[in-house]
Amino acid sequence: MGTISVRDLGKAYKQYPTRSARLAEWLIPFSPPRHAQKWVLQGLNFEVKPGEAIGIIGMNGAGKSTLLKMITGTTEPTTGSVNVTGRIAALLELGMGFHPDFTGRQNAIMAGQLLGLSADDMRSLMPEIEAFAEIGDYIDQPVRVYSSGMQMRLAFSVATARRPDILIVDEALSVGDNYFQHKSFDRIRAYNKLGTTLLIVSHDKGAVQGICDRAILLSGGSIAMQGSPETVMDYYNAMIAERDPANVQQVLGHDGNVQTISGTGDARVIKATLCDEDGKPVEVVKVGQALQIQVEVEAFADLPELVFGYQIKDRLGQPVFGTNTFHTKQLLQNLRTGQRVRYVLRFPANLGEGSYSISFALHDAENHLAKSYEWRDRAIVFNVVIVGKDHFVGLAWLPSSIEVQRD
Amino acid sequence: MGILKTFWGYRGFILGSVQREFQANYKNSLLGAAWTVIRPLVMIIVYTVVFSQIMRSKLPGVDSEFAYSIYLCAGVLTWSFFSEAVTRGQNVFIENANLLKKINFPRMCLPIIALTNALVNFVIIFALFTVFLLVTGAFPGKIFLALIPVLAIQVLLSAGLGLTLGVLNVFFRDVGQLSAIVLQFWFWATPIVYPINILPPFFQQLLNHNPMTHLMAAYQQILVNGQRPDWLSLWPITLIAVVLCITGARLFSKHAGEMVDEL
Repeated sequence: MGTISVRDLGKAYKQYPTRSARLAEWLIPFSPPRHAQKWVLQGLNFEVKPGEAIGIIGMNGAGKSTLLKMITGTTEPTTGSVNVTGRIAALLELGMGFHPDFTGRQNAIMAGQLLGLSADDMRSLMPEIEAFAEIGDYIDQPVRVYSSGMQMRLAFSVATARRPDILIVDEALSVGDNYFQHKSFDRIRAYNKLGTTLLIVSHDKGAVQGICDRAILLSGGSIAMQGSPETVMDYYNAMIAERDPANVQQVLGHDGNVQTISGTGDARVIKATLCDEDGKPVEVVKVGQALQIQVEVEAFADLPELVFGYQIKDRLGQPVFGTNTFHTKQLLQNLRTGQRVRYVLRFPANLGEGSYSISFALHDAENHLAKSYEWRDRAIVFNVVIVGKDHFVGLAWLPSSIEVQRD
Repeated sequence: MGILKTFWGYRGFILGSVQREFQANYKNSLLGAAWTVIRPLVMIIVYTVVFSQIMRSKLPGVDSEFAYSIYLCAGVLTWSFFSEAVTRGQNVFIENANLLKKINFPRMCLPIIALTNALVNFVIIFALFTVFLLVTGAFPGKIFLALIPVLAIQVLLSAGLGLTLGVLNVFFRDVGQLSAIVLQFWFWATPIVYPINILPPFFQQLLNHNPMTHLMAAYQQILVNGQRPDWLSLWPITLIAVVLCITGARLFSKHAGEMVDEL
């Protein structure tokens, strides 16, 4: 129980040139196919053993969702096969099928039945679900008065009320507050220890490295690499860095971050890469790791004065640290059109766990208020994970120690 | 057998969904469940009191105050059931696109839920109509039970037609638009609000080729005249119903996978 075996799996969507082409294909006997096949996945082969935790990563459009849909059985493969043993629970669409006018309890029972449990099963599981969701009296209120977090809690509790043989987790889990996120991850880990096979799909590389035994990287509809999470992650980072700046911006944009670029454009950041101390591009950063950002700036007009600034922001946009070459007394004067400047920023990632972004500013004088050449928000987004350090909370990593004396 | 077992496993979901859809309509109203009775009740009153007392419509050949009202109800109520079942059936996959795409469950549950919902509504309104028959002394007696096989044929027909259109509608949305028009037209091309014998002979001949004419005539025969319907005349429509069911089931099993891609 709990194995997944994927053999030569492929999925193509049919694309008809016109609406009537399908009709013709259906109605005219022995007619040749009139559709083109658009392959989104091709030639996938992998095995998952019971109790394994697998991370599936890849950029948007790499085919992750399609793969999951075929594993859960909602979509049929075009070629090959997926063999699954045991019961699957998928945390893909939490709260799917909740009706806003019915109470949490009614919806929970209904959702359970949709997953194939009986009403009696659900009634006996209900106290457990209520306790785990921690939504108190709201359980008997209509779901429309719930906050989205509460809805998420209830949905998660229902979906995982009974330990499945295979648990599929999508980014859905990034909803809800931190407390519940931890609680739900604890449950996922506990189930994994008891033998549940995990399949985690995430852009959150921290989660993948934290839980998974193995990672599979999908790219352009096929498996680009599979192996230990660290290796696959490094490869993924490199793959992203390979692209030219215009594309990297798009890549950065996909986790909901949209770069905002403003200014006169007289000077521009044409390339910016986050690297480790050896100059290798990274996207996941260990706490305390020495980092450098290599920035290339080009002047598109003659500039009397150029100041370069950068700012590290947390996921809420709060500045964590920022400075510029005015303060460091490194401002440049009299740049000519077409001249390039290369900045290398070095700093240790003394940051807490989480997602951070880096913004750049190019201007004259002390700040960008007088004359801003370019202001580029979220030019780089990276994640910090705790590796090789004891767990801690907060935005900053302060090397610290605790002395304990026991009498 | 396997499929029946699956449905049995999901009976909770099917019944729950039927109940939910039924309740959802009046969940936030003051009168609550009363609405499910009030609406059909008003309809029955319009058909009976208004036509018999105010408009004094008479059914040619039958000398009873309520004859036309009963004739009308016998056709209109059963036809509404038919058209509701077909309409729900043809939209059921499109309306539940999200569910179909995201959750793996027996998809056949959806048309069953849709049909059951239409049946529940019909049972309510028809129960009210039966009460009316009892009160006015127009209840036809034991022959009333003959409605059951006629209804069974109709359920089979609506299931087959609904499923067939439901699958087609996913791929060709024109089907939904077209069938709404066809149903309208079909209603008026069936002797439901008018008796067939008021038509010129040519049209009577023509309407005899409409299989629904005989189905409706069976209801009218039982309820208005209290007589056994012409069972033989129901053969064509039974055959059509069976063929549609097989067509629907085959279409469904052949295209169920593709359907999810298309939604």
